[in-house]
Amino acid sequence: MEKTVNQKAWFLVLPVFLLVAFSAVIPLMTVVNYSVQDTFGDNAFFWAGLEWFEEMLSSDRLWSALGRQVIFSATILVIEVPLGIIIALNMPKKGGWSSFCLVMIALPLLIPWNVVGTIWQLFSRMDIGLLGSALLAMGVEVNPGKDPVAAWVLVVVMDVWHWTSLVALLCYAGLQSIPQAYYQAARIDQASRWSVFRYIELPKMGGVLLIAILLRFMDSFMIYTEPFVLTGGGPGSATTFLSIDLVKMAVGQFDLGPAAAFSIMYFLVILLVCWVFYTVMTTLDKQEER
Amino acid sequence: MAKITLSNLAHSYISTPSQESHFALKEMNHVWQDGGAYALLGASGCGKTTLLNVISGLIRPSQGRVLFGERDVTNAPTAERNIAQVFQFPVVYDTMTVRENLAFPLRNRGMDAAYIAARVDKIAQMIGMEANLARKARGLTADAKQKISLGRGMVREDVNAILFDEPLTVIDPHMKWELRTQLKQLHRQFGHTMIYVTHDQTEALTCADKVVVMHEGRVVQMGTPQDLFERPEHTFVGYFIGSPGMNLMPARIEGNVAHVAGARVALSGFYGALQGQVQIGIRPEFVSLGDGRTGGLPARIRRIEDVGRHRILRAETPAGEISAILSETAPPLAGMTHLTFDPARISVFADDWRQSPSGSAVGKAA
Amino acid sequence: MATPLPPRAPRDLGKPVSIVIMTLFLIFLFVPIYWLVIMSLKSNTEILTSVALWPKDLTFKNFATIFGDSTWYMGYVNSLIYVVMNTVISVTVALPAAYAFSRYSFVGDKHLFFWLLTNRMAPPAVFALPFFQLYSSIGLFDTHIAVALAHCLFNIPLAVWILEGFMRGVPREIDETAYIDGYSFGGFFLKIFLPLIASGIGVAAFFCFMFSWVDLLLSRTLTSVNVKTIGVAMTRTSSATGFDYGLLAAAGVLTIIPGALVIYFVRNYIAKGFALGRV
Repeated sequence: MEKTVNQKAWFLVLPVFLLVAFSAVIPLMTVVNYSVQDTFGDNAFFWAGLEWFEEMLSSDRLWSALGRQVIFSATILVIEVPLGIIIALNMPKKGGWSSFCLVMIALPLLIPWNVVGTIWQLFSRMDIGLLGSALLAMGVEVNPGKDPVAAWVLVVVMDVWHWTSLVALLCYAGLQSIPQAYYQAARIDQASRWSVFRYIELPKMGGVLLIAILLRFMDSFMIYTEPFVLTGGGPGSATTFLSIDLVKMAVGQFDLGPAAAFSIMYFLVILLVCWVFYTVMTTLDKQEER
Repeated sequence: MAKITLSNLAHSYISTPSQESHFALKEMNHVWQDGGAYALLGASGCGKTTLLNVISGLIRPSQGRVLFGERDVTNAPTAERNIAQVFQFPVVYDTMTVRENLAFPLRNRGMDAAYIAARVDKIAQMIGMEANLARKARGLTADAKQKISLGRGMVREDVNAILFDEPLTVIDPHMKWELRTQLKQLHRQFGHTMIYVTHDQTEALTCADKVVVMHEGRVVQMGTPQDLFERPEHTFVGYFIGSPGMNLMPARIEGNVAHVAGARVALSGFYGALQGQVQIGIRPEFVSLGDGRTGGLPARIRRIEDVGRHRILRAETPAGEISAILSETAPPLAGMTHLTFDPARISVFADDWRQSPSGSAVGKAA
Repeated sequence: MATPLPPRAPRDLGKPVSIVIMTLFLIFLFVPIYWLVIMSLKSNTEILTSVALWPKDLTFKNFATIFGDSTWYMGYVNSLIYVVMNTVISVTVALPAAYAFSRYSFVGDKHLFFWLLTNRMAPPAVFALPFFQLYSSIGLFDTHIAVALAHCLFNIPLAVWILEGFMRGVPREIDETAYIDGYSFGGFFLKIFLPLIASGIGVAAFFCFMFSWVDLLLSRTLTSVNVKTIGVAMTRTSSATGFDYGLLAAAGVLTIIPGALVIYFVRNYIAKGFALGRV
């Protein structure tokens, strides 16, 4: 739609701007501050310049954690997005079952993340877990403590279980806001089910789908609690994703400097990817309108 | 193209309706002639969209039958009825070009490509969009999109009827006129049965040959604009058509005289005993000012509105507020204390329905 | 002219397929939750020694601990308070902003929008210490509002983002028709516009609630004595003797309930279709 130019719109945006800036800018300055300082302990800091950044960029540890993270995020996106869309398309639209399904799919989202990790940790144990013992009975040994593949599969399944509902809910809401007239027109035009999806539902869901994808990307890139509780980053460092590495550095070794530098670079990576995605999407949007 | 018959049709959105007020469409029997251009006129909520959706098959009626020609289509899905519907706001497939939009219904029916291309070009020319065929439908203006909707409806040659559900609602006033003209032209050229739902009487009266007025789920009158204007069958028609609408006053009828708030008003026919709430109606066009010598209703002039071509006079009378339309040749207002009504133009209503006189006026001054 | 293909009903086809897909998915979601529930009804020894579909010795001890200890149940109450505060603030403030983004273009609008998104990208851990310093210095430490405001950092951008997406789908013609019909901006916004984006509001509100509700880190960092949160309570489930799984499970079960209620209440908004026009 064409937007009219209206500078007074800033008044509508002002509350948002103030609240978020208050929460964001000030603390961010602190982080930046730490990232360019070093300490001898006792809270005495001295200027270290870009030393931490250089150290980070040349660290193997960082690059392998980054690699694992990218594979993880890609994997869950590839599974969760189509699955979420399928669920959204198949959910009942109204009536008692609709309420039931809505509540049910929302449940995994509401569980605190440490509890999620704990559930799956116990669930997958061969001795006392429902899943683990069931698999064992079928002849499959699941040992996330020793087997990196098992650890990975488990972490991915846990994430899919936990977060697909977010994609599904967003897409469902998006679908619901498609006016009935479009479906009616499609009936009159004798469109097939696939055509209806391709020409009506998918384009109209485009906006919410983008939100879902970016959200899942961001959150999966920052993921910490659930995999940490489930596998502790192991076996070895098989499931040590970026956040886990970061916390190990900051808390375990109390290296505030590198940790802060790491944080900033972490943030920049997410920023870059999202910016690219966002720009591509909005440019595509504009091209279509010409 | 076919004649559409509605037989004993009624519809309720409630699954077990028990009273008349539960029905969105009260029982009706109605025939839409093949090739006719009809307007379905009424206030919001009167059931016109429901009726339209029953005809197009988007709603299955809870009672009665719908026939296209001789074929009973009551249970046939929309796709089988071969109708086209244009909605209130433009429904186009945004990701497709104009050409693909127009071709869509034909492609879904498995028509051959050369035939589709020819039809699309022809229709595009008719709606004036041939220059835009390669453009994506997304960025176009609302009226262009409505034209595409219309084109998509007409691209099939076997279409039985085209149904319009207030299609000009989102169009700019300036474009409305142009689209309306185009619609009329297309109708004359192709002769589809056209049913045009609207709440705007100007649209209804200009677009259609016959107007069907609906009120509270019932068809109260079907006729030419002239019929509706001169002989409204229902007080709603009187009130809704015309600007301002018909004046209605409670009255007591004795033979060929109506007693309105104590004054005597001459009628052009004799009426028998009438049951129910009796009213007489007269259009503002047929109300004149008098000085009391020829009788009439005493009136106090409250306001005069100048609308350019004529003036509207609002007067306070013992029977309520009456409007009159004064032409430029009307006599000056000084000394005018009464309103008189042209007896030939007075309508008598009992319980909102028009009553016919039982005899003709004998001798008495008309 | 080719004979028309037999008509297909576009939306009704595949109903049984839908049921199968939904059933499978719901089972997938439900089993671990069922597992959680029965864990909460077992004693720790039972959890750690055997696996069974139903507790051998059903016990409500875990729930009794929670309901009997004010640190525990106040944790829920306090959390509920700041979460509701945050949801209300976030959605209320986001609505006009999203409207501005969707309808108007103004200086810096694209950059502002993207900047908002970036606030959602930073891990809360990064902000924990700075927030602690900030809120202490302005005397809001250990209050509900502090947590509510802190959560605004990531919830407001999310709300604006979601709402803008939905608002963009409402054609501008509707605004204009409303003005022609004589509505003031406020009247139009409340009576016409909001019902049209009901889905978006429902989803945005639910997500704000959810993300605020599950955050344990910031809520723990910014509170201590007066406002005990579930985060605090959760830490009590691990001690020198290991995890108290039963208690943790019971706590987990109880956290689901408020959220389930929230989505139940907004279900009509989320499921609301887009009904345009008059009858």
